[in-house]
Amino acid sequence: MQHRQIVIIGAGVTGACIARELSRRELDVLVVERMSDVCEGTSKANSGIVHAGYDARPGTLKARLNVQGNAMMAELSRELDFPFRNNGSMVLCFEEDGIAALEELKSRGEQNGVKNLEIVRKDADGGAALKELEPNLSDDVVAALVAPTGGIVDPFLLTVAMAENACVNGVSFSLDTEVDSIAGNPDGPGYVLDVTMHPSIRNGLKEDAKDRIEADLVINAAGVHADVFHNMVSGRKINVTARKGEYCLLDKKTGGYVRHTLFQLPTAMGKGVLITPTTHGNVLIGPTAEDVTDRETMNTTAEGLAKVIATAGRSVDSLPSGGNVITSFAGLRAHEDGGDFIIGEAEDAPGFIDVAGIESPGLSCAPAIGTYVAEIVDSICPSSMKEDFVATRRGITSMANADDEVRAACMAENPAYANVICRCELVTEGEIVDAINRPLGATTLDGIKRRVRAGMGRCQAGFCTPRQVAILAGELGTDESAITKKGCGSELLTGHNKEA
Amino acid sequence: MDHKGIIIIGGGPAGLSAAVAAHEAGVSDVLILERDERLGGILNQCIHNGFGLHTFKEELTGPEYAARYVARVEELGIPYRLSTIVVDLTDRAPGSNHEGDGDAHGHLKYVTTMDAEGGMTAYSADAVILAMGCRERARGALNIPGTRPAGIYTAGTAQYFVNLEGRMPGRDVVILGSGDIGLIMARRMTLEGAHVHLVAELQPYSGGLKRNIVQCLDDYGIPLMLSHTVVAIHGNARLEGVTIAEVDDKLKPIPGTEKHYPCDTLLLSCGLLPENELSSQLGVNLSRATGGAVVNESLETSVEGVFACGNVLHVHDLVDYVSEEAAAAGRHAAEYVQNDTRGRSQGVKMDETIAIVPDGGVRYTVPVTIRPDHMADLTTVRFRVGAIYKDVDVTVYADDREIQRLHKRIMAPGEMEQVILKKSELSGKSGELRFAIEA
Repeated sequence: MQHRQIVIIGAGVTGACIARELSRRELDVLVVERMSDVCEGTSKANSGIVHAGYDARPGTLKARLNVQGNAMMAELSRELDFPFRNNGSMVLCFEEDGIAALEELKSRGEQNGVKNLEIVRKDADGGAALKELEPNLSDDVVAALVAPTGGIVDPFLLTVAMAENACVNGVSFSLDTEVDSIAGNPDGPGYVLDVTMHPSIRNGLKEDAKDRIEADLVINAAGVHADVFHNMVSGRKINVTARKGEYCLLDKKTGGYVRHTLFQLPTAMGKGVLITPTTHGNVLIGPTAEDVTDRETMNTTAEGLAKVIATAGRSVDSLPSGGNVITSFAGLRAHEDGGDFIIGEAEDAPGFIDVAGIESPGLSCAPAIGTYVAEIVDSICPSSMKEDFVATRRGITSMANADDEVRAACMAENPAYANVICRCELVTEGEIVDAINRPLGATTLDGIKRRVRAGMGRCQAGFCTPRQVAILAGELGTDESAITKKGCGSELLTGHNKEA
Repeated sequence: MDHKGIIIIGGGPAGLSAAVAAHEAGVSDVLILERDERLGGILNQCIHNGFGLHTFKEELTGPEYAARYVARVEELGIPYRLSTIVVDLTDRAPGSNHEGDGDAHGHLKYVTTMDAEGGMTAYSADAVILAMGCRERARGALNIPGTRPAGIYTAGTAQYFVNLEGRMPGRDVVILGSGDIGLIMARRMTLEGAHVHLVAELQPYSGGLKRNIVQCLDDYGIPLMLSHTVVAIHGNARLEGVTIAEVDDKLKPIPGTEKHYPCDTLLLSCGLLPENELSSQLGVNLSRATGGAVVNESLETSVEGVFACGNVLHVHDLVDYVSEEAAAAGRHAAEYVQNDTRGRSQGVKMDETIAIVPDGGVRYTVPVTIRPDHMADLTTVRFRVGAIYKDVDVTVYADDREIQRLHKRIMAPGEMEQVILKKSELSGKSGELRFAIEA
């Protein structure tokens, strides 16, 4: 049994941003995460968009925190060294009848405080301005709402950077730790969490083990599972629905095909899907939206992927999807029945702070959610600010993106930075070793992939899997048989030859 | 900047054979750049036998076959660098912004490498031979729906684990795709103690060699299910099973034919893709049919002085043919460097060029064009057909006149075919050379 002032459930982008904000304060904070790494749920499978903030109804938390989060992102990306680009977004309208809806979106955005929104119409100049903004735009587009403040971010590295910085500033992380139940502490204020620790290289367990954690405050940032925890302590039930979205990622060859994030104005034909560049120069298309009952399974479907490609194709001249899809994936959004985020202390559960229903634009909002939740914590349990808070973090040097001078310096200091492991994305041994050894480092193949992009390229780790497994085993001081794709149960190897 | 006569990118079977041939043709100033820790490429993990029947008239394993060429490279003293990756290939001199103004001739190529010992190194070269090989088509490119658990490997990755590390990537195996590596791995996994349930193949025919189907599947009682594919992948942490369905003649799954197969491993052997990212960077024209460079009779690409051979040019079934083709590329590159024919494309007289047109069942040919003035007395044209053909003739027409007709009992997409053209057949010809399959 351990006692903590604050326990955060969930190390997704929301939990990580809250942890980082709380790490500025003299507080004892523990983040528990059932998976083997941060960024393993909704945060790892989404559009990677920093929305401008015109979507949400004025007055909602979504609207307010989106515009705030958007404004914070550029500065944060410099402070914590994660990829962010202010590429701007466009909402495309394909029929004259839709322009009224575009006007409404613009006015909603202005009420929300989104700056510099503009509607560009094709009939004004025969489409020249639209084509100038986006050369491959479909001729069927009759007008577009242009939002220069829209952006794109690497959702993995945003989460990793936040969590790592929180860790450096004293927040504890207990990964592979699943919360089974929460109840009010019978011996006083606060809560008791019963948890199961799953075996991992980090905790050295060979089988599941039980533990109990007491906490004065609990922050529920459990994504699609947030309702489960809320409903354990509160009589005012909430209901989160997992809404699945499927995506296709295209080869970097297609990188320059679009500049902006292109949304489609919802029509009678459906909500539409987006097409966007990623911060690493791929093109991403998706998502679909399908409510599912299974909150564990993020599976793609043939119909979903076909729909993504067909629907995204409407936005542009000719979608370069043929032969260029390098992977597809699905993510679950946490939709709460009320439609807005639920952030705050549960009315009938003092000290239990919900951060639930964090669906789109949750990623854009995450930094603002962090500060908002920290204010709520301050109101319940005031603390002083740390004097030695470290506000900045240096990311892992990417040899693929570094200029010759930086490359030469890295190689001179450590020859492992010249040993290329992933040739598709040009990722070196030095980068992988750094990803493993820094605070809250990677212990899995997926963890490495999300931190340094090894295996993220066109061969999808065909060539580098064995080499990555060997590096992981070497750095973690374990046998290769213990190395997993994504934690307990996902071991990559089943034994030696002739053993089966 | 270090200057070389010929730089060969890739030290697998193609690069080794090209290097030896170039050296034997009189250009000793050759450098092989290899990204792996040893020469030999993928042959190093191909520990089964069956290599070298054409080249050495005996059956060798992959490492043995590679060792013969490595020994020859050592004997000739051809320099090579290991663990060295090419990060840049261009015809622009460092610091110049205009194409081709880097040297007096305007035709040098510039290669930048990265390696753990030397850091970054820049070279210039008179000629470059592309011999980077290919990669396997991965799950993402196949867009197989389902979850993303551990236990899904390309056949080559599994082969690396089993043959080079003695580690098993799984116990209960389903294989999708009947490419040769998949067939070989069906046998290997079985021999190492795994249970291979089946091989599913989307097409109505196998993508691999007949001899591999017999020796790797039939001999072990492993069923080959033609016109079947994986339609769903199950399991969150480790693979728990796959759903396999039959497909119709448009290769679409037929509803109602789905069957679930529990397994912990799915191996993919669904085609190989030439690795031409560097070639694209240089501006080499690529063929849509092969994914490799468009080349002429000298195996020279659309960029003068840049040659291609082996699996980076088009995917081969037999390494013997890779060696043969690469040797030709080596000789042509040597000839190019020695004759100083540089600049000919800008010359006053354009060479007569004949285009090879694949027709009636021929999917592609390598080369794509022939300059009769430059061709050797005998020039091999390799090609593949797009379907199974029985009792047909391979015909070659020059200016609509038949110049060759070869009877074939059976032809399949999985087996590369060839026609040897004589220089005498083409002298004075222009226009088109038509390759067709006729009943």
